[in-house]
Amino acid sequence: MSRRLTFDIFRYNPNDPKSRPRTERFTLDETEGMTLFIALNQIRDEQAPSLAFDFVCRAGVCGSCGMLINGRPGLACRTLTAALPDTITLMPLPAFELIADLSVNTGKWMRGMSERLETWVHLEQAPEIDALELAMEPEQAEAIYELDRCIECGCCISACATARMHPEFAGAVGLNKIARFRADPRDRRADPDYYQLVGDDQGVFGCMGLLGCHDLCPKKLPLQTQIAHLRRGMLKSALGKS
Amino acid sequence: MKAIYTDVLIIGGGLAGMRTAIGVRRRGLETLVLSLVPAKRSHSVAAQGGMQASLGNCLRGSGDDEDVHFQDTVRGSDWGCDQRVARMFTHMAPKAVRELAAWGVPWNRVAAGEQEAIINGQRVVLQEHASAHGLITARDFGGTRKWRTCYTSDGTGHSMLYSVSDRAIAESIPVHERREAMSLIHDGARCHGAVVRDLITGELLIYLARATVMATGGYGRIYGISTNAIINEGIGQALALETGVARLANLEAVQFHPTAIVPAGILVTEGCRGDGGLLRDRDGHRFMPDYEPEKKELASRDVVSRRMAEHMRAGNGVESPYGDHLWLDITALGAAHIEKKLREVKDICHYFLGIDPVREWIPVRPTQHYSMGGIRTDHQGQSPWLGGLFACGEVACWDMHGFNRLGGNSVAETVVSGMLISEYVADFCAGREGELNLSSELAGDFLEREQRHLDTLQSSGPRGENAMEIRREMERIMTGKVGLFRTGERLQEAVKGLEALPCPRVSLPRERFWDIPVPKIDSPTRQPLLPRPSCAHHDSVPHIAAKLLVRNSVMMTTMTLRRVGCAICMPYVTPYRS
Repeated sequence: MSRRLTFDIFRYNPNDPKSRPRTERFTLDETEGMTLFIALNQIRDEQAPSLAFDFVCRAGVCGSCGMLINGRPGLACRTLTAALPDTITLMPLPAFELIADLSVNTGKWMRGMSERLETWVHLEQAPEIDALELAMEPEQAEAIYELDRCIECGCCISACATARMHPEFAGAVGLNKIARFRADPRDRRADPDYYQLVGDDQGVFGCMGLLGCHDLCPKKLPLQTQIAHLRRGMLKSALGKS
Repeated sequence: MKAIYTDVLIIGGGLAGMRTAIGVRRRGLETLVLSLVPAKRSHSVAAQGGMQASLGNCLRGSGDDEDVHFQDTVRGSDWGCDQRVARMFTHMAPKAVRELAAWGVPWNRVAAGEQEAIINGQRVVLQEHASAHGLITARDFGGTRKWRTCYTSDGTGHSMLYSVSDRAIAESIPVHERREAMSLIHDGARCHGAVVRDLITGELLIYLARATVMATGGYGRIYGISTNAIINEGIGQALALETGVARLANLEAVQFHPTAIVPAGILVTEGCRGDGGLLRDRDGHRFMPDYEPEKKELASRDVVSRRMAEHMRAGNGVESPYGDHLWLDITALGAAHIEKKLREVKDICHYFLGIDPVREWIPVRPTQHYSMGGIRTDHQGQSPWLGGLFACGEVACWDMHGFNRLGGNSVAETVVSGMLISEYVADFCAGREGELNLSSELAGDFLEREQRHLDTLQSSGPRGENAMEIRREMERIMTGKVGLFRTGERLQEAVKGLEALPCPRVSLPRERFWDIPVPKIDSPTRQPLLPRPSCAHHDSVPHIAAKLLVRNSVMMTTMTLRRVGCAICMPYVTPYRS
């Protein structure tokens, strides 16, 4: 017998002066293999045409659909309703600017973070594309890819107490990016350069070590280790021992 | 009227659009990118298996060069591609890979010495040369004579898009996110920019530019089941079509990928078969060698998909509540390989199917995947009919893929076309024809038209049918009658069915517009799904959301009908001798 699911969904559109923050309740019959992507679309198609949420790839790779699912940040598209209780509460990710309902402006936050932390390979010179590429150890390429897998969904920021208190905090997403470029031999920056970017309490020293980011990262990035290594590196750099 | 001026307006923030932006910026032009979603969420991110480029570093790629790549591309296109474009592309692809490598893509590398691989179901040992150690490696893909597909695990598109997008941030290229082009501003001969809607505030804006580049991706979502992201609705093609001047081409050339999971329709990469995965039927029988003794599972995509459909029709499919499917078996690859090189596949199987591909077979069937057709351009990416309008990537048809695209050639095309076309765009802007020369009156007219149209929709009352249902009916018709195998009869039925959808007479339930002064991403009222007054049969009657897509598909099926007749002669195809 299929379940009847109850959804309590946050509704508020800050652009509409008449809108007030509230929770609305919807019910629908669960179907086999139902994900929150399917459920939310069904609710919007049949019950609440104005419900706002973001999906793009619906396959867990684009990072659009982060939201609080029964209080925990996660990707809605790949969350099966079968894994949830009969009543499901959906809230927008906190710490980001609310656009409406479940839609938040992660794009703007991520662009700002990228600009502040300069999250690109700083090259010695323009790439020579007509010559053979520089060799790299296969394991090193794999190690960079391991950290390169971040999809900027924002779950780590919503799970972070520091980010909630300090809007300028780089967060696990930012610190992981620094770790990623630090591991990349093509980037000419060294620890003193990274220290300028994350060597303060808006950076790696702001982390309180609660590690909600690590527990909730949908891509299971090794955030705990990366933050620890980065903190040690930055400390050495500050003490002039890099 | 709020107007934003720039030299080059780029519509679409995926790989093609971003690489074009970087190219024109390097030529000293001002540029900005419009993106429906945060740029790094564009559909380029979903490319898994890799990018073709004839580096020839790994053992099974040795002897490869751009000629071999060119021959594969032409043959793979069923002799339908423009050979000049294929030449330009195969020449440029290795350079693109190297540029991406410098920008940070962690391409997988050759490891010298003995390496295990699965070829044709057998475990073999390859002796990689010491001299190639550390260079960019490649995997096998369908329809290629060499191992040519460069990759980063099975997240190639992700790594590429992030590197290129970060490069654009490094070069301070503005990206206007959550903004959507509503119509192109043109005077019948020259494109001057676009009317754009802010999807957060609902405001209409004018963007004026010397050159406008469309890079909005394909039209997979006119089908009910597609591997495409849900934003790939053929918006760019529709905008070009609506000018009444620019033309589209090859719209019937739609690719069906052999291995999307059932029922979700999410892609699992061709790399599964490239790395040694097999296709099996209801009896567990490996059937591809029966049909294609030479290439087997690694024939080109159109061939494999047709054979799979044929095999299922003969009663060999696995029955399921969601229709028949076949099995993709990658168990022979082993846990270590799958966890390292096919980790997205593993995740997808885990989250959407609840299975472990290390031990279990994956239910798959051919599913809409890629749009070979699009905005017709010349080899420089410009519309021959509407000056100043360029297109690149999947939205365009400069005709690199003909009737079938090889796996690994699309993500390669995005970057390569961005590299090449940005130069032509810059040349265009440097010339006399590239000067911005337009009356603000014209821009005002276009803005007013869009505003009027929005007002009409917002003031319409609750009557008529549900736009979502009509859209669903369109998807059903496309999936059911304009699929892998097409017959004249079924196409006629499809055209009839689409034309019979109650477009002009229907309005939307009040709430759709009443409580949404600001339609959001993916909301049913998002504008490009809506028809323009110019295409309505009855101007005074409120229109339906799905109309534009319906119109696209009607045109597509009509085009298909026309092409069925001439597919045999194809007079413009230069015969190619290998």
